Amino acid sequence: MHGPVGEKHLAPPEAEIGGIKLARWKLILLCIGFVIAAAVPFVLKNFFIFQITLAIIYAIAILGLNLLTGFNGQFSLGHSAFYAIGAYTAAIMMDGFDINYVWTLPAAAIVCFVFGFLFGLPALRLEGVYLALATFALAIAIPQVLKSTLVEHWTGGVQGITLIKPDAPFGLPLNSDQWLYVFTGIVAIVMYWCAGNLIRSRTGRALIAIRDHPVAASAMGINVSLYKSLTFGVSALYTGVAGALGAIAIAFVAPDSFTFQLAIALFVGLVVGGVTSIPGTIIGGFFVLFVPNIAESFSKGLAGAVYGVILLLVIYLMPMGAAGLGRLVTGRLAKQGH
Amino acid sequence: MRNAGRALIAAVAMSVIVADSAAAQKKYDPGASDSEIRIGNTMPYSGPASAYAAVGKAAAAYFRMINDHGGVNGRKIKFISYDDAYSPPKTVEQARKLVEGDEVLFLVASLGTAPNSAIHKYMNARKVPHLFVSTGATKWGDPKNFPWTMGYQPNYQSEGRIYAKYILAGHPAGKVAVLFQNDDYGKDVLKGLRDGLGDKAGMIVAEAPYEVSDPTVDSQVVRLRSSGADIFVNIATPKFAAQAIKKVAELGWKPTHILNNVAGSIGSVLRPAGLQNSKGILSTAYFKDQTDPALANDPAVKEWTAFMDKYLPEGDKANNSHVSGYTIAQLTVRVLTACGDDLTRANVMKQAASLKDVELGMLLPGIKVNTSPTDYFPLKELQMRRFNGEGWENFGPIISGEIGS
Repeated sequence: MHGPVGEKHLAPPEAEIGGIKLARWKLILLCIGFVIAAAVPFVLKNFFIFQITLAIIYAIAILGLNLLTGFNGQFSLGHSAFYAIGAYTAAIMMDGFDINYVWTLPAAAIVCFVFGFLFGLPALRLEGVYLALATFALAIAIPQVLKSTLVEHWTGGVQGITLIKPDAPFGLPLNSDQWLYVFTGIVAIVMYWCAGNLIRSRTGRALIAIRDHPVAASAMGINVSLYKSLTFGVSALYTGVAGALGAIAIAFVAPDSFTFQLAIALFVGLVVGGVTSIPGTIIGGFFVLFVPNIAESFSKGLAGAVYGVILLLVIYLMPMGAAGLGRLVTGRLAKQGH
Repeated sequence: MRNAGRALIAAVAMSVIVADSAAAQKKYDPGASDSEIRIGNTMPYSGPASAYAAVGKAAAAYFRMINDHGGVNGRKIKFISYDDAYSPPKTVEQARKLVEGDEVLFLVASLGTAPNSAIHKYMNARKVPHLFVSTGATKWGDPKNFPWTMGYQPNYQSEGRIYAKYILAGHPAGKVAVLFQNDDYGKDVLKGLRDGLGDKAGMIVAEAPYEVSDPTVDSQVVRLRSSGADIFVNIATPKFAAQAIKKVAELGWKPTHILNNVAGSIGSVLRPAGLQNSKGILSTAYFKDQTDPALANDPAVKEWTAFMDKYLPEGDKANNSHVSGYTIAQLTVRVLTACGDDLTRANVMKQAASLKDVELGMLLPGIKVNTSPTDYFPLKELQMRRFNGEGWENFGPIISGEIGS
């Protein structure tokens, strides 16, 4: 997990595949991706659009986890907790205070950032598996906390909160599924753009340096504990925004939606997509949403086992995740070109 | 020109009449045709609640049996059941797949309060029947606000009220200790108990919740015992209920022990807890206990056993959920038969809401299914029973639990 992933296969940007520079290829693929994404709401059935919206939401949550685990080297098995906090922030604002759903996203972002940062402070003392265990405790605790009578008035206790699905604004000729897809897509583009910039910035290099060698990083003047806590905050922010989007899209929150299973699903998405890969998180999101359905279509009784087998195969065939496979393929192709 | 116009009008009129009369004979909504009726369902086949998926497996097996016997009015039932892992977001996804992708006529027996809550609004907005949900929450019987959703089993609150009535009548000076599962079901039974005790709710001297993820409830039982209570209300699912019965006996505590109905199975609760330890336990029922040796020769139990042997041989016969899924499927077939050739969603709902004194073999004698356009609680009657060390003895009248207000 530590160290540059798959870098030996990484082709330089000036390498060529089929006479076109790799950097140009990236742009072309990005454009194709955009065209496909833009076509989705007009060619697919509503519930497919809804599924893809959910996959994008999971991708954002996984991106949050990736910032923490992939780029900063801190483990978390508790991101379902931040997802839940984001979701409940949105739900309580919409249901209890009649606030427009758009404003719940920045609110969820702030709340989760603060939570994440504060959780990150004591977590500084913990490394590796110990941190994983501490975050695991968080994941276990959150559903119970949401049920407790102290907050029941706000959270709706075990019954949860039912929300109203937003319609398209400004009289746009879109139904609510199409609109939610567009809305989620816009949020996702902003979030991915920010994450990409963050990682390429001075701060991003500091995060990676801390992951690779904390002592060396601090020798170079990086405030390790501050950066680690901030990363926790930003990571929670991403996952929290995803949670808020999830609450809006599903139009229902309940403690049962945010169990430990969700934390594991996010972790699976992270590994399958590729640790330290930003585009890989999108693959991770789609994997988390669609592969259990595929597993189920093989056998109902053994759905869990089939899912496990698929997961094992994926990890065996792409040990670096989808992103690692992508790097490998481009590296090979570029070599053949020469 | 005028003649041609008249002819055209006549032709149109004729075709309308013809189409109309054809429609009067057979009417279909998505999911129904001359040869097939598609029914959707969501179940926790994976995840922590997967034991309850037996409801879906038994229902699927029952529909298989019906198809082997020619189907319903000549139409085969295609039962499409998807895994939601008891996760509400997944339920929404799967329910939408069923309604919009597979185009089922209606959903039946979907399991769990939170999963069903997540699709409650959706099903009603879509006007797709959401029938006989496998959960005892009170909110499923609300035809005014949710005319497309109908419950099935007696709701948890009315069960709690029945225990309260019993306590007030038999032990007016008692002190009550309650063990309950900390979720919607446990809290609902407890609310019914409290509401039923009314201004005597102070009789409850101790309450101890447990989480489904707890390994045991031993410490809760010890705590409840130390409260000095002489009535113990055990609101727990089978595994925990059995632990509690065992622990009560180990402690030498001899309270009046009221066990909630979900844990009433001899095979999966009382026998593992020890039949001697279970002697004298009180509970309620609406089903026959298929594991009760006294009922081994009951025709309905025999029929059920034969069904299990043939269509679900791998299923555990001690699991109550298999009986539940069987009876829900049975009731569904009743509704479909009543629909005749008018297989529209509106008619399915109409027939489901006009069940009169329907008897299902596995229900206790005297307990019948009744619904009306204003009553969306198909089963609302329970009977008190006492365990004599070998089998259940029903006593007292069939009690209709007043719907929790």
